[in-house]
Amino acid sequence: MTNQKTPLRAGRGAIGGPVAGRVAGPGQLNLEDLGAAAPSTGESLIELARQYGLRPSARRPPIPEYLGQLWLRRHFIFAFATARNIALYTEARLGQLWQVLTPLLNAGVYFLVFGELLHINRGIPNYLGFVVTGVFVFNFTQRAFISTSEVMQDNIDLIRALQFPRAALPLGYVVIELQQMALSLAVLVPILLATGEPASWYWLLAIPALALQTLFNLGCGLLVARMSAHVNDVSQLLPFITRTWLYVSGVIFSISTLDLGGLGRSILQVNPAALYITLERNALMTSQRLSAPGSKPYNKALCQAWQTLGEKPGEPARYMYDSAYCHSAINPDHLWYYAVGWAGVALVVGFYFFWRAETGYGRG
Amino acid sequence: MVVVDDLHVVYKIYGRGHDRGTAAASLLRILGRKRRASIREVHALRGMSFVANRGDAVGVIGRNGSGKSTLLRAIAGLLPAEQGNVYTTGGAALLGVNAALLEDLTGERNVILGCLAMGMTKQQTKEKYQSIVDFSGVGDFIDLTMKTYSSGMGSRLRFAIAAAKSHEVLLIDEALATGDAEFQAKSHARIQELRSEAGTVFLVAHNLEEIELTCNRVIWLERGQIVEQGEDVISIVDRYIDASGGQPVLRDPVTRRRIKDQVRTAATTW
Repeated sequence: MTNQKTPLRAGRGAIGGPVAGRVAGPGQLNLEDLGAAAPSTGESLIELARQYGLRPSARRPPIPEYLGQLWLRRHFIFAFATARNIALYTEARLGQLWQVLTPLLNAGVYFLVFGELLHINRGIPNYLGFVVTGVFVFNFTQRAFISTSEVMQDNIDLIRALQFPRAALPLGYVVIELQQMALSLAVLVPILLATGEPASWYWLLAIPALALQTLFNLGCGLLVARMSAHVNDVSQLLPFITRTWLYVSGVIFSISTLDLGGLGRSILQVNPAALYITLERNALMTSQRLSAPGSKPYNKALCQAWQTLGEKPGEPARYMYDSAYCHSAINPDHLWYYAVGWAGVALVVGFYFFWRAETGYGRG
Repeated sequence: MVVVDDLHVVYKIYGRGHDRGTAAASLLRILGRKRRASIREVHALRGMSFVANRGDAVGVIGRNGSGKSTLLRAIAGLLPAEQGNVYTTGGAALLGVNAALLEDLTGERNVILGCLAMGMTKQQTKEKYQSIVDFSGVGDFIDLTMKTYSSGMGSRLRFAIAAAKSHEVLLIDEALATGDAEFQAKSHARIQELRSEAGTVFLVAHNLEEIELTCNRVIWLERGQIVEQGEDVISIVDRYIDASGGQPVLRDPVTRRRIKDQVRTAATTW
């Protein structure tokens, strides 16, 4: 920022002390003796700064340079995530055991409620596996949102003390959630095997699906991190948003059963959470893949029979896989395109949005 | 090297509460946001220009609220300038008095993460680790979380981490005040070292003797403006003490060093 204004002269202090005599005129600017001189016009100072190759201290590096700095900090990002993850449970007596216990207990609750107490399946084969997979995958995105809404305020001391590209912090927080997700998966796999899902090569598809979800979470995390860097409002609002999101993303029911019409169901199905959940389920659960709407030619009678399956216990199991005869909300082959699209858009928008405010995060 | 050119910094303070209330309360607060329009502006720095050279150690003195910390934060690039600008050679590290790095992590983790965050490689971090721990002198406490540290130990470790890399600009905001005598001597030596590596050091301290011993220049701030600055550190410090109503310092007429209290009492009893 260049300005032509003459600066206020030093030495116009309110205190009746001695007058400062150190204000040198522009002509007197002596490069050998800069320390003592305080030139009185802004122009000569800007000139001087340029001469010595100085840069504004609150300078935002251009994107390629910024990405380079981030790459240099990759070890920091992972070390930061690991350290934070460990610190999460240092105050607990069981310590790191909680990393595995938390997803186990989560699954236990759903097993108790949906597997043992309610005996409902809402027309979905392996309903317990369906719910647990859905909850774990959704939790990954939900927790990424909530934790990145706190990252800048949590680490304000670190931001103020050291110079580093600030995007390293939300990135680190998303890596924490990814590490948690990996442990959740380790709990999920035995559950799926125990509920009758065979191991298959399709499981490998869970890896690209998870990778795309991680990229999506990264982009959103950067977005949320900036929005909540200075005000708490976003983190206050987030519980409402994520709860609504949970209910519209088919975590505990199938979107195909909703009485919304084709367009409504399509919109729900392409929302990123529903998308990544569906991809993970189709990858990990053979029962889901076989019953996925649209995987068989449309048959009105069979589809309706499936849709009217109540929540009463003891429904005939033979209709369970008939959801395959319904129209899919969107073409199942296109799910991956949408998944890539969401990840790309979130990443580009989130990164740009975060980078724009790079110099302001230390303000707190 | 640091060039500060007609720097103005204005804090905008929103009249916001600090409660993290219930979800319903937060929703109401967002809805009511328009009605809450009390933004207060505090003009913390009002036009400040100076140049600090490579190898300078600049002391910043002034009363509470005169803008010392704001100036340091602006130099570090943490506060956007309302008008004017700050130019520096490179990244600045700011050590504040209460700035724990990551207080729920162990000292060891803080050392490693601090080094990596400053852009060191894993290898460099490994090499520096022991010397940082030794310099900080926290000893066995390195395995404990930083929140268990005394304020002195915390500031020693922070200084040790930040000083492990030679910064072009090092900004110290009362960060050495809680250290003991041994550490002050060590940090003093390290500051001289950084200066000789062509770094610029800024030091905010209410302990004026520390400024006299460490700095070759001093800037006296009052209400966001420079009252006086120059290389005659001792005269400026004396005038500042005089202006703020402090007790004048007894000095040796030849060396202009402070005459210590015990010497003074001895002199009066004679």
